[in-house]
Amino acid sequence: MRSHRHVQVGAFMAVAVAAQLLAVYSGKAFLLTQLTMSAYYTLAVIALSLLMGHAGQISLGHAGFFAVGGYTSAVLTTLDLSPRRNEEIVGVLARVGVLVERAELYGGQVLVVHPWVAFLCAVALSVTLAFAVGIPVMKLKGHYLAMATLGVGTIIFSVALGTTWLGAADGISGVPAFPLLRNLGVAGGASERVANYYVAFGLLALGMLLLLNLVQSRTGRALRAIHGAEDAASAMGIDVASLKLRTFVLSAALAAVAGVFLTHLNGGIGPSEASIMKSVKYVAIVAVGGMGSLWGTLGTSLALSFFSLRGWFGAFDDAVFGLILVAVMLFAPDGVLTLLPARAAASRSRRTRAAPAPEGDGGYELPVALAGQRPGEEGR
Amino acid sequence: MPLVEVAGVSKRFGGVQAVNDVSFRVERGMIKAVIGPNGAGKTTLFNMVSGFVAPDTGTIRLDGHPIHGQPPHRVAARGVSRTFQNIRLFAQMSALENVMVGRHLRARSGFLAGMLGLGRARREDREVRTRALEVMEFLGIAALADADATRLAYGQQRAVELARALASDPELLLLDEPAAGLNMRETRDLARLITRVRARGITVLLVEHDMSLVMDICDEVLVLSYGEKIADAEARAVQQDPQVVRIYLGEEGC
Amino acid sequence: MSELFFQYLMAGLTYGMIYAVVGIGFNIIYNATGVINFAQGEFAMLGGMIAVSLVGAVPLPVAIAGAVLATMAIGALIEIAFFRWLSGPSVLRMIVITIGLSILIREAALLVWGQQVRALPYFTGDEVASLSIGGARMSPQVLWTVGTCGAMVVLVTGFFRWTTAGKQMRACASNRVAASLCGLPTRNLVTLSFVLSAGMGALAGCVVSPITYTQYNVGTGLAIKGFTVAILGGLGSSLAAVAAGLVLGQLEAFSVSLLPSAYKDSVSIAVLLAILFVRPTGFFAARVAYRP
Repeated sequence: MRSHRHVQVGAFMAVAVAAQLLAVYSGKAFLLTQLTMSAYYTLAVIALSLLMGHAGQISLGHAGFFAVGGYTSAVLTTLDLSPRRNEEIVGVLARVGVLVERAELYGGQVLVVHPWVAFLCAVALSVTLAFAVGIPVMKLKGHYLAMATLGVGTIIFSVALGTTWLGAADGISGVPAFPLLRNLGVAGGASERVANYYVAFGLLALGMLLLLNLVQSRTGRALRAIHGAEDAASAMGIDVASLKLRTFVLSAALAAVAGVFLTHLNGGIGPSEASIMKSVKYVAIVAVGGMGSLWGTLGTSLALSFFSLRGWFGAFDDAVFGLILVAVMLFAPDGVLTLLPARAAASRSRRTRAAPAPEGDGGYELPVALAGQRPGEEGR
Repeated sequence: MPLVEVAGVSKRFGGVQAVNDVSFRVERGMIKAVIGPNGAGKTTLFNMVSGFVAPDTGTIRLDGHPIHGQPPHRVAARGVSRTFQNIRLFAQMSALENVMVGRHLRARSGFLAGMLGLGRARREDREVRTRALEVMEFLGIAALADADATRLAYGQQRAVELARALASDPELLLLDEPAAGLNMRETRDLARLITRVRARGITVLLVEHDMSLVMDICDEVLVLSYGEKIADAEARAVQQDPQVVRIYLGEEGC
Repeated sequence: MSELFFQYLMAGLTYGMIYAVVGIGFNIIYNATGVINFAQGEFAMLGGMIAVSLVGAVPLPVAIAGAVLATMAIGALIEIAFFRWLSGPSVLRMIVITIGLSILIREAALLVWGQQVRALPYFTGDEVASLSIGGARMSPQVLWTVGTCGAMVVLVTGFFRWTTAGKQMRACASNRVAASLCGLPTRNLVTLSFVLSAGMGALAGCVVSPITYTQYNVGTGLAIKGFTVAILGGLGSSLAAVAAGLVLGQLEAFSVSLLPSAYKDSVSIAVLLAILFVRPTGFFAARVAYRP
């Protein structure tokens, strides 16, 4: 069982390596950047797949947590505290290493939060928000849950869009590279393309492994039980509310991680990352990939994100995802793989069976737009 | 001390008094049935004992500890396990996985241990899996382990649900109409099974309509009608109680 | 009463009535199908946009009538194409379909009408604030809005209470199987619910367009606010929706005095979340919020 998962992840990494070599040797190294971005979006989306597919909870606000992560890190690593250098707390933090000096774009020196500390803060904030919101929200079901998460996502978006010190419509730019090792950092420069590609896919592989482990574990079983028959799960001793909440928090945390790294990769972030359309697109991807399938979601996400970022959908990006959403929900609500004859029968019989249908099945969360909108573009 | 003590519980839903001041005991190691015509309040009573519904008044004690009003997962943690009238198996999980979930409370690893694949989590999982298979063997359904639980035949699904309920090594087993939909042979097998379960030291409380099953294996019978206790005695005595006969067969001579 | 206070009050009243109408649209479809139609807001948008396109060629009343009819047709089409043939779909599946539909409608509107902001001409008069009541000024369009929406509410309530078709729809909503066993044309009644919702939304969109303008993407915001109103009113009676709409409208209007106007839209969401967290069943009905 365990080796099965490791083999899968290993194979995935091998494919990633192959793709990278192919890209470089065919002279299309620039594709690596979009693949790297796709990898980060995918990290957020597989977390959503866990929430939707395994715990059976819709979230139309997933992009909000992605953005909370990204914005927190962006703000902390660009907010210059040197004017307040004389304050005691600033001095202490600087000595301890929480605050660091770095060169700014235009030559000056700024005193900002160390990226690693910023990272921790970003994830912590996302987790805290997820707890705060999750406690009341996870008690809801069906369209109430959908609307509540939509509401949370919309508020995050409105705050991002309307707050001046968050950059308002322009977002935050000038976000520095994220240092990982002595010579390696997450940044968008062309010379670091290959390295960043591997950082992103390595992170994604790690995330997949963690989630695959989780799904097979006692907790994963409990989640699937909740999705299958919530009252029976409760009767077996599973604290349903607590588990749903913690899954929600975990998915928010992973989204935040993805948000942080993508922000440093892009050098900035804008309100469009928090838009409802983004959340809708995430949900569409999870729906297409098959809600119970992490690998299905991963593949779909990489593909669709990449196409979207490459501009293949052109101005119709939102329309394409809307169409995908409707089409998948109408014809293949359990994921596109069920269009294969063998699986189609299984899926149909599962849906029309006498036993009550699982709560939360068929609920497609809408992934928010993954279109390659540059930070600062007005969110739609 | 009796394992279960229900004292003066009542429950009203809107205009309907589903259960009205019902009291009874279940002694350790006993097999007790709750019978009565449809609408008598049997399921409501069950739901109150298992934590799905909180009684308006009265108390329910398990081994002396009050469990009334506690949520189902807390009641389960006290050693109560149940099956459902309309079979609530977990979809998209194998029969074995369903039974393993039944043993959820006997392990502890959570999110972190699960994600990291820690040794402790793996050990616990092995233990849970072994025990789950043992229970399935006890019920004679070990061969169904990898089958998709919700696509099994009806009788098999019932067996899986029973295995799931037994997997946690409960003290009290609540069976909600376990013989529903079973033919005579299957019902006899079920009766055998329940007595074997009792032989393992598990107390059984069941709701049932099938009189042959009830008379065959039950020590005591509680009779409800319109939410009220009509009789609560040994099986033979209840069978001959004129009041019980009347509520089942009606007032007119038959 | 200060001038500003009165302005807020009128704004709250105007928008409140619009939200109420959209909310009633939600109620009608929800009661008939158990589905929350996220595309509800798009009906209002379509009504306004289509009317604007027609008004160049035909007189205003005809343009409005045409827009309403066209939107009703679209509503019927949506029901027939997407809802009718699905057998036993889960609620969440339907939510997502309607979300996808709202996106498609919005994108189609973008394609047809572009990003421009449009507006219908004022129904009467052509000044923003040519009417004077109690010393404060307001546009006659406010009266049109409140009046039209109010009339719609009255007509719809009357429809459901006194007409045969309305009673049939209520029966269908209450128990579709039983209704069909009684010989009611349940499929058509469901279509009728969509038609009704679409028509109401479209008319509301037309009547408020001179004041708030119409753009391809106004549907989403309206949907959220309409949903808030519907929930606040307990997904039930129209009167409750009106009350809820007025409450929300006023909260939103007066919030401008406290918060930067950039956050104005967040007010309705905050209200929505507050209701969902505290009392999902709304304040007027006893409906179960946790229905799967």
